[in-house]
Amino acid sequence: MSPLVTALVVGAVVAAVSGPVGVFMVARGQSFAGHALADAGTTGGAAGYLAGVNVLYGFVAFNLVAAAAMEALGGRRAIARDVATGVVLGASLALTALFLHIETSTATTGATVTVLFGSLFSLAPGTVPVVAALGAVSLALSALLYRPLLLSAVHPDLARARGVHPGLVGAGYLAALSLAVSLSAVTIGAILSTALLVGPAAAALHLVRRPAAAMALASLAALACTLGGVGLAYASYHWPPAGRGWPVSFFVVASVLLVYGASLAARRR
Amino acid sequence: MFSGFMVDTWEAASVVAVVAGLAGFFVVARGSAFAAHALPSGAFAGAAGASLLGVSTTLGLGVFSVAGAAAIAALGRQARRDVAAALAIVAMLATGSLFLALGNGYAGEVDSLLFGQVLGVSSAQVEVTAALGAASLALLVVSWRRVLWSSVLPEAAAARGVSPGAADASFLAVLALVTATAVPVVGALLVFSLLVAPPAAARQLAGRPGSAALLGTALALATVWASVALSYEENLPVGFVVGALGALLYAAARLSAGRRGRARRSGCG
Amino acid sequence: MTPLLELEGVTVTLGGRVVLDGVNLRLADGQFTGLIGSNGAGKTTLLRVALGLLTPQRGRVLIGGQPARRRAELVGYVPQKVELDPDLPLRVADLVGLGLDGHRLGLPMPSRTRAARVAEALEAAGAAHLAGQRAGRLSGGEQQRVMIAHAIVARPRLLLLDEPLANLDLPSAKAIVSVLASVAAERGVGVLISAHDMNPLLPVMDQVAYMADGRLAAGSTGEVIRSEVLSELYGHPVEVIHVRDRVLVVAG
Repeated sequence: MSPLVTALVVGAVVAAVSGPVGVFMVARGQSFAGHALADAGTTGGAAGYLAGVNVLYGFVAFNLVAAAAMEALGGRRAIARDVATGVVLGASLALTALFLHIETSTATTGATVTVLFGSLFSLAPGTVPVVAALGAVSLALSALLYRPLLLSAVHPDLARARGVHPGLVGAGYLAALSLAVSLSAVTIGAILSTALLVGPAAAALHLVRRPAAAMALASLAALACTLGGVGLAYASYHWPPAGRGWPVSFFVVASVLLVYGASLAARRR
Repeated sequence: MFSGFMVDTWEAASVVAVVAGLAGFFVVARGSAFAAHALPSGAFAGAAGASLLGVSTTLGLGVFSVAGAAAIAALGRQARRDVAAALAIVAMLATGSLFLALGNGYAGEVDSLLFGQVLGVSSAQVEVTAALGAASLALLVVSWRRVLWSSVLPEAAAARGVSPGAADASFLAVLALVTATAVPVVGALLVFSLLVAPPAAARQLAGRPGSAALLGTALALATVWASVALSYEENLPVGFVVGALGALLYAAARLSAGRRGRARRSGCG
Repeated sequence: MTPLLELEGVTVTLGGRVVLDGVNLRLADGQFTGLIGSNGAGKTTLLRVALGLLTPQRGRVLIGGQPARRRAELVGYVPQKVELDPDLPLRVADLVGLGLDGHRLGLPMPSRTRAARVAEALEAAGAAHLAGQRAGRLSGGEQQRVMIAHAIVARPRLLLLDEPLANLDLPSAKAIVSVLASVAAERGVGVLISAHDMNPLLPVMDQVAYMADGRLAAGSTGEVIRSEVLSELYGHPVEVIHVRDRVLVVAG
């Protein structure tokens, strides 16, 4: 596979997963948790780098631990959850600082920047099956929890009355979110994973009323932004400064912001 | 440890701890940890980009802090606040990634903007830090009651002319100033830890707004002082010590508050 | 004499829907008025108009003879469904103090007059014993008393309350009503309180303002709570039934 094809395939998988997972994330008010997981994953990435294991496994493992810590500290109220997410994020950033300090080689800052900003074009073709498998697990988990998640988004007590434990459902969803974030952060970078999860989902929720339609629309919008971003970044190798290329993340985020802005304008009319 | 160039370090770090501890009271009370993460991280991207483009980092930092705060305030009126913060941080980081791609080479300054350069603070830097810190403090004192009232009872405050939008703008302006004060000294990741963990620990222990804010400041100062000392004596990265101490403080405060709560309940019968 | 609150021909359209339809209402000093109606009748919108938070498309809103927006200092307000963070380090006395000077710039400076005003408001709301407690950890009835103290501490002439009795059991609701009645009687404060059930208010109401579909009929309970008046207001026949000391309004 050529780098461009790999980039397009991985981008498409990430976009497809981002729609449903992102709509639940925005509707449940967990955008901060999603972003924090992406950032916290870099800690696992740095640990994996130190230990000499695949960075992706470090990402997934640390993400699941961070998600469990947020759920355990957070509880039900919005402010308590916000604080818990912040404390977990702060602690994991501290560990990142430590790992990068231990690994004193100059290459580490480059690693941090790659993890933050992502680099779709430097993906190894071997990543594709792993990405597809993790994406499928995340989607399957979201589908499994679809109705309980909607019910507990309306009101936790409604879910409880139907024998659904909102805490368990929330924990299950955080696991799905962790997987989605891990796979997108490790392939396209932490900022892109946040942008693709939040922007298209928030835009879709402005435009349509049914949750399933919002998820499909969000996936489509995320796909369009990713493909457009990859195409523009590929074209930008011919733009000044010659031969350097503009970053994919810039184009993808710019498209996401445009889509979101358009949805705001459409809602106002 | 207390002689020569280290005096500047102690002074700058203390200023940062005081403003972050006080502003952190509102970060926690308003559930705005995401904004407290988004502004420093986004401003870091602006500063790093500026240094790579050969422009003053202070300018990049200032422009990105203010623009980020304005974006979060404006978007926050249209959408959920966590979505606003998420979109603002990805927009700032993506712009930063563009600067990184277009700039020439890699500046060591990027690392220190992310993780701090506490041990290398210059006298000139101390003056800038002190001036910006004084400005943060002044704005915080002036807007204190309005922001507090609007955080607790937004509708009642609105009825007396304190609109939620205006209160949010004041708070974000304070956060932008704190960002500009603190990022060059302690780094983007560490500002966030200081803004969340010590104030979150303090609110578990104190019962009144003033005492919670002062206790949070005292805890932030203790954290920063211990971090400077440990990083000087043990050569540990400051970012790690601050983040780890913050998380430990929060955990200890939660345990202590939980124990007192149980004692009170069992005392009542 | 100029009425304390005067709404004249107030019409509000929100998102293409007429929420208030030519509403007229007058309230005098010390007068206790119940704003009664089912959910969606326009009660909250009317209160927001009276607070000056919402400008009507048509009509006048005057407080003490002047536009409502300019007389905010004359009005105390208890919003609907207040949810306080239980972990917020804020004692009841601090919260009530915000009602006094929360709109001012600068730090709250402790002073004897300030403490006395807060204590007096808490006393009047029957909440003096709660002063030192964390505001977010009170029961529903306790919290409502504290919100009343917060609303009256600045000594307003008009008190607006949005569904303060919702979610309270009957004894708590009765206690809140008697606190409000004494605030109206002893301090000469005009009280406008919205509720979907008029029964807890019947013993103390000087005036009832009954709302249905954005329209309002005001007068004494004897004048307004009658089958003919309410049928005209609803636009279809309804019946007013008296069961012992309770009043029920049912579709006829």
